[in-house]
Amino acid sequence: MLHVAVDPSKVPAVAFERSPGYWQTVGRRLLRDRVAMGAALVLLLLLVLAVFGPLLAPADPYKASMLSRLKPIGTPNFPLGTDELGRDMLSRLMVGARLSLFMGITPVVCAFVLGSMIGIVAGYAGGRTNTVVMRTIDVFYAFPSVLLAIALSGALGAGITNSLISLTVVFIPPIARVAESVTTQIRNRDFVEAARASGAGAFTIVRVHVLGNVLGPIFVYATSLVAVSMILASGLSFLGLGVKPPEPEWGLMLNTLRTAIYTQPWIAALPGVMIFATSIAFNLLSDGLRSAMEIKS
Amino acid sequence: MNARSQALLQVSGLVKHFPLKKSAFGRGGGVVRAVDGVDFSVSAGETLGIVGESGCGKSTTARLLMHLITPDRGEVVFDGAGVGGRDLSLRDYRRQVQMVFQDSYASLNPRLTIEDSIAFGPQVHGLARGEAVQRARDLLARVGLEPRRFAERYPHELSGGQRQRVNIARALALQPRVVILDEAVSALDKSVEAQVLNLLQDLKDAFGLTYLFISHDLNVVRHMSDRVMVMYLGQVVEIGAAQGLFESPRHPYTRALLSSIPSMDPDRRTEEPPLAGDPPNPIDPPSGCRFHTRCARAEPMCAQREPARPQVFPIASGGGPGVAQPWGRSQVACLMYEPGSGHSAAPAATSPDPVRVEHP
Amino acid sequence: MTDTSTPAPIPAAPGATPGAASQPLVDVRGLRVTFTGGRRPVQAVDGVDLRLDRGEVVALIGESGSGKSVTLRSLLRLHPPRRTTISGQVVVAGQDVLALSPSALADYRGRVASMIFQEPLLALDPVYTVGAQIVEAIRRHEPVSAAQASQRALELFERVRIPSPQRRLQAYPHEMSGGMRQRAMIALALACRPQLLLADEPTTALDATVQIQILLLLRELQRDLGLGVIFVTHDIGAAVEVADRIAVMYAGRIVEEGSVRVLLREPRHPYTLALLKSRAHGAAQPGARLETIGGAPPDLSALPPGCAFAERCGWATEACQATRPEPVVIAPGHQARCLRTEATAAAASHGSDAPPA
Repeated sequence: MLHVAVDPSKVPAVAFERSPGYWQTVGRRLLRDRVAMGAALVLLLLLVLAVFGPLLAPADPYKASMLSRLKPIGTPNFPLGTDELGRDMLSRLMVGARLSLFMGITPVVCAFVLGSMIGIVAGYAGGRTNTVVMRTIDVFYAFPSVLLAIALSGALGAGITNSLISLTVVFIPPIARVAESVTTQIRNRDFVEAARASGAGAFTIVRVHVLGNVLGPIFVYATSLVAVSMILASGLSFLGLGVKPPEPEWGLMLNTLRTAIYTQPWIAALPGVMIFATSIAFNLLSDGLRSAMEIKS
Repeated sequence: MNARSQALLQVSGLVKHFPLKKSAFGRGGGVVRAVDGVDFSVSAGETLGIVGESGCGKSTTARLLMHLITPDRGEVVFDGAGVGGRDLSLRDYRRQVQMVFQDSYASLNPRLTIEDSIAFGPQVHGLARGEAVQRARDLLARVGLEPRRFAERYPHELSGGQRQRVNIARALALQPRVVILDEAVSALDKSVEAQVLNLLQDLKDAFGLTYLFISHDLNVVRHMSDRVMVMYLGQVVEIGAAQGLFESPRHPYTRALLSSIPSMDPDRRTEEPPLAGDPPNPIDPPSGCRFHTRCARAEPMCAQREPARPQVFPIASGGGPGVAQPWGRSQVACLMYEPGSGHSAAPAATSPDPVRVEHP
Repeated sequence: MTDTSTPAPIPAAPGATPGAASQPLVDVRGLRVTFTGGRRPVQAVDGVDLRLDRGEVVALIGESGSGKSVTLRSLLRLHPPRRTTISGQVVVAGQDVLALSPSALADYRGRVASMIFQEPLLALDPVYTVGAQIVEAIRRHEPVSAAQASQRALELFERVRIPSPQRRLQAYPHEMSGGMRQRAMIALALACRPQLLLADEPTTALDATVQIQILLLLRELQRDLGLGVIFVTHDIGAAVEVADRIAVMYAGRIVEEGSVRVLLREPRHPYTLALLKSRAHGAAQPGARLETIGGAPPDLSALPPGCAFAERCGWATEACQATRPEPVVIAPGHQARCLRTEATAAAASHGSDAPPA
């Protein structure tokens, strides 16, 4: 019955049946995940703050007043109280979103690009190239991230750019490891062998067959690093290696409000709450993304 | 007619050993002798069946033929030109020899549509995208999958049999001359398998293909093949015309293998298993004839002498190029059939007609 | 021409009460299994009646989606309870399996009925030696000391013909070859002397020479121990080697059932006929086309009202599409769910097995 071939010229010119692509399906599943959508909403709000913070802030985040130091939460004109220099906490938190998010996201994005390249090349090449690259990466991976960040920042000098560089370097090894691992798995699959068997070169195979299958899992892993990056950045600021005062940045604010723990503990905790909320939101979103990507046939 | 000129694909002395990793404590080491000296040839337009059990090296041989792994020794000659040499680049060779794998799902990129998967090969070799996609759709129609329904779908939406058809279409996209089918129908239901086998036969006739059909299912191999090659522990033990080999197997392993097929007669069930134990590991093969440890006809010399390998060239006959006589005798790697080998069943060295051997 | 001889009587299983010899070991009536996990409920098993006497071997044959594995697993209640709805009657050795409490179920599994699987690596725990797993199974069900259990494990290994059994008891599953792992799994299944052995495609993944060894071993063990065996497979050849009776399943129903001889020589259901013909058997002319069954198996979440095979059947009439056929008795012990058995019988007696044009 089925050996009668369908005559292509007689196929009516009707639209072909399409299925939604992989990413469309993932997107749909993600939209149905309420927890992930809640987290996405929180991140959206933070993004708005990051972009429009200075416009939305009720007061000047830099205006200090020694008379209004450490006013408690609920003071008229200062809804979230003031910090140790009398500056409005609410405004500082809102304006600080920009720098804090920037310090969290930028290193991860750069590390994603560089780490993926390294990992995919090592994973696809295999053999000695793989060993050399990955063992070098392992050396960096072996350092505790905080120590490595501090060491690099110390060597490069204080300042935002330098701390971004050192954080990027800290995150390249774990991303490269994940990239290499996923690439190695994909490389041994039959469809990659079939692509090699059709005479394609390594670049073509990586571009067409490998990337589409590995970037997803690497990306999911990378999003879980944003929270870590924020915390590390705040640690660097804490030590004076990152952001310098009077810039509002949540980590730096934690540092300067340290002594206020005994007098106004709630105010001292506020920047921590913001970091916490951002961390949780990123992690929940990345979990949701991972679940959405596990599509079984 | 010179038998040599008829062979489309000629393999001689193929060897591939895989080193075992040494563990940190110094254990391990050694090699897996997956393929250990294999010669055979395939004529244009024939189907060569390759059978054997786990560890025999048939899958490794297929991958060596495709140059997905490089052989340690030996050479592959395609249409008179050495593969990878001056006259035939690897890229050109790969256009002419393609493979269909066993796992239909793993053989397809889950992120690409069906037509993209099929069109990939032609595009690699320079065909414009539009034409490649058109060729993909034509091939889908050829293998019985309506392009309108299937071209823009994803692999996970198809059944196993449909996916295997896609893999066949993908293999044909480069218009090869030889297709290696590595357990291509093994994972399918019997009724689907029958459909795919019929399809393969039709395609072979339509496109003038040459097949290497690897399978562990002896009935299927018998049905599809002109000649059959039996492998054991990395070596060829018997090769010959399908009909003849199945009717009168000569090598003791082939006999045991064929009598392992369950009988379909409830009144005459198998009473004794023809072979005891499991197929051995190719890490440390027995000395001499590798089958001697399980062979009912083994004699002391079988542990010391390796039998001569079967000849490379197919049996030339008057039936035209590449057509072996169905009743021709197969060639065996067994001391029982070697004149003057010293085995009690072997003919004497001075026998006038060394082929006329009493079947032991 | 119909062969109505029954197999030679098997001695009753040790421990069986005399009167129980007439009671079937397995009595399944109207088994229905529905999977409710996905978007629409999937009717995997749609009314199966199965009866097994002690010492009898029944083979369930079918392709993917026929429901044979689901039926088998229902006898041990292996399906996740939240996503599965099972109804009907399942009685094994006098016990109502569907009504067993969790602790009674745990006693039942291994002691009354046990199972062997297709892939031993998945069924055996990789971090324990096979000997330890057998000992654990024995001691779970019987109050014996570790030494006695080890002795029994050794005897089991000898029984399943594993060479150097003492040494092999200390081996881990991944250290054994495929055939030996399968034997170890059989030993584990028989450790507590069950009355019923359920085999889910145990030889499908094995090499030909090993497969025949395992099939013969199963036959020998079944004879010696008087086991009842339900053997699920898609390979008719394997079924012929071990089974007394064969039941062919399609779309969750048993479409034909009879003794091995009768089913092979006088099949009546069109699906059985087509299945037997589509085997690339040695008898077929090499190079000739194989008979195939057009179409595809039905969607189990949307079964048609009539016979599930009707849309692919060359003999189907309108009546076939309208109502589900009830079992038609063709001869004692041979029945088929088909309205057209007379037509197929007539065609067979004329020497052809092709449907009318």
